[in-house]
Amino acid sequence: MKSLKYLTSVLAICSATGALANADLQSQIDNPAQWAIQTGDYENQRYSELAQINADNVGDMQVAWTFSTGVLRGHEGSPLVVGDVMYVHTPFPNTVYALDLTQEGKIIWKYEPKQDPNVIPVMCCDTVNRGVAYADGKIFLHQADTTVVALDANTGEALWSVKNGDPSKGETNTATVMPVKDKVIVGISGGEFGVRGSVTAYNMEDGSLAWRAYSMGPDSDILFDPETTTHLGEPVGADSGTNTWEGDQWMIGGGTTWGWYSYDAEADLIYYGTGNPSTWNPAQRPGDNRWSMTIMARDPDDGMAKWVYQMTPHDEWDYDGINEMILTDQEIDGQVRKLLTHFDRNGLGYTLDRISGELILAEKFDPAVNWTTGVDMDPNSETYGRPAVVAAYSTEQNGEDVNSTGICPAALGSKDQQPASYSPKTELFYVPTNHVCMDYEPFRVSYTAGQPYVGATLAMYPAPDSHGGMGNFIAWDNIAGEIKWSIPEQFSVWSGALATAGDVVFYGTLEGYLKAVSADTGEELYRFKTPSGIIGNVMTYEQAGKQYVAVLSGVGGWAGIGLAAGLTNPNDGLGAVGGYSALSDYTALGGQLTVFTLPD
Amino acid sequence: MIRQGFSLVALTTGLMVASGVWAESGYTMDDPNIAVSYEEDGRYFTEDDVPTFNVTDDGKVDWLTFSGFRRYHSECHVCHGPDGEGSTYAPALKKSALDMDYYDFLDVVTNGRQRVDAADNSVMPAFGTNLNVMCYLDDIYVYLKARGMEAVPRGRPGSKEAKSDAIREAENACMGT
Repeated sequence: MKSLKYLTSVLAICSATGALANADLQSQIDNPAQWAIQTGDYENQRYSELAQINADNVGDMQVAWTFSTGVLRGHEGSPLVVGDVMYVHTPFPNTVYALDLTQEGKIIWKYEPKQDPNVIPVMCCDTVNRGVAYADGKIFLHQADTTVVALDANTGEALWSVKNGDPSKGETNTATVMPVKDKVIVGISGGEFGVRGSVTAYNMEDGSLAWRAYSMGPDSDILFDPETTTHLGEPVGADSGTNTWEGDQWMIGGGTTWGWYSYDAEADLIYYGTGNPSTWNPAQRPGDNRWSMTIMARDPDDGMAKWVYQMTPHDEWDYDGINEMILTDQEIDGQVRKLLTHFDRNGLGYTLDRISGELILAEKFDPAVNWTTGVDMDPNSETYGRPAVVAAYSTEQNGEDVNSTGICPAALGSKDQQPASYSPKTELFYVPTNHVCMDYEPFRVSYTAGQPYVGATLAMYPAPDSHGGMGNFIAWDNIAGEIKWSIPEQFSVWSGALATAGDVVFYGTLEGYLKAVSADTGEELYRFKTPSGIIGNVMTYEQAGKQYVAVLSGVGGWAGIGLAAGLTNPNDGLGAVGGYSALSDYTALGGQLTVFTLPD
Repeated sequence: MIRQGFSLVALTTGLMVASGVWAESGYTMDDPNIAVSYEEDGRYFTEDDVPTFNVTDDGKVDWLTFSGFRRYHSECHVCHGPDGEGSTYAPALKKSALDMDYYDFLDVVTNGRQRVDAADNSVMPAFGTNLNVMCYLDDIYVYLKARGMEAVPRGRPGSKEAKSDAIREAENACMGT
């Protein structure tokens, strides 16, 4: 059955024209034995139908084999499995390995791009990369230096490459790409360098540019139609990408696009979020700063925006809106709705209608969140859809050179990019979260191309008056807007979750544990300490009739910067003791893939 | 409550500074690269005219140390971690500021340096054209030295000297404002 499926996919590749490329990837995704896309599926559910490893036997799981990547920086993302081949990527220098799963991971080919190391220091927050993509017999690698390269999946030969940005201006990449139809959808990083964010579609066949949509700028740059592009049901009108900025500040406006992308084939829309406006000093950029901090729904063929929703107008805390959009079909009040669920850095869990962009729900997914009292849900209100900002925690209202204290969450958000998963069996979302608060002092900075453009001083510490840890792993009901259960973690949970039909949810921790918990109760069923902290995403696949679970270890990223030496504890002087110890007491640099299975 | 915590730490540190010996860093407060020889318009220097920090017995820091705290956490923190403590991949600058000669420190910040080989992918960028760094080099340097000596605790310094007119003028001239 499996070999037949593989044969079919080979045929699909051979006959592929542009329009079939999407069909090819979709058929690869539909085979649960594979992990053909970083996000598990186009819907970003990170759910697998495999159930050989389940809640009853996961406690017996053992390490099957391991693989060293040869690189010692933060390892985000996960391997792919297509057919009998596993594709493993690394942080800078972004090596890609193709491993033969029928020969205990023997290396079929290795691709190591040559990149100017000067890109390393312009990457905010470590040299992470969130993995390769597959479609149409090609592996797509988006390098740190913004080179997008298409490799022959069989040989590793470079078929085409294109430069998406300019690292000398601070434009870099950490994200994966999303193949849709005959195009590859590509984002960009550099919000801390005054980069103007954009999403670009390249033609899969030859790498030629299809379209580019900026996050801010004239309508022709942002690919908005003033009449048909809507914000909360209303047309956005002309010049919406410039008229909430002062002068030409939108040209260095941020709103970068380094998160995950999802796609609804039926609606034919891609979804993603935009990042923080530059700088972190809000006083330097008056206005709502549209369309930073925005959920975007675009047509993959021409990039035109159908609807948008700005979650955090005029950001004052660096709450990037780039986290994944998880697409589900669920019943609300007896009606099946096409939903989009998003856990934002700002600590609010949003549920929207993904066709119309209607806001259905916005609730805090961490009780510590205090910068807002909530979102105005009244469509007739002038402030409809806007979060009510608490004055004491407003770095804008407190002003430049004033230290605003006790803001929750911290700039790394109640959740960062580490993706959540969704189980259609429980209709719950499993969310890796941060439980960290901050002091934030904005001040004036000047812009120099290619240099950091930050303009704020931050101190971060575990959420006060809580369990003392810096993270939680939660189960979230996106229709009730409630936490079903919550597992306190000593450190932020920076690993992407995986839910399976075996009623198990997997995630990694910064100390290096791979954990398996019950999808229903959160009860811990298994843990194993891998060689380094986990900021990668858990994936699963089947090979020769056996199910495997795999994760990359290699501590780093934002988490490795903030937590390596431990956070500042504001209560130290009062003699408080707690779990504020340094991550460096638990783990060291690494770069390893660990693959688990059940004993024979 | 948070503020109180900081000032208590600062007070403790102030007292410890007075006692003088620092096992962790391996340097003492009377080290010629650390001890204050003279003050000029709110800036403090060693006998070799190298900038240094000044923390009074009650924990009040000089303006440059406070300013360095802010600039460090804007410009350096995203790689080198909070409070000069280092990250998973970038060194703890609170140690570098003590171990490196002042002029070598300036050279690395201005021109950068690379260590890229099979085991390392470590690159310090050149900040020579970045006013947010170059106009505050001494601020960042003395802050990190103070951190290295644990003369200021982690977090925001509790109290500080006022910014002198000379410092303000130099800042405006450098930033072009």
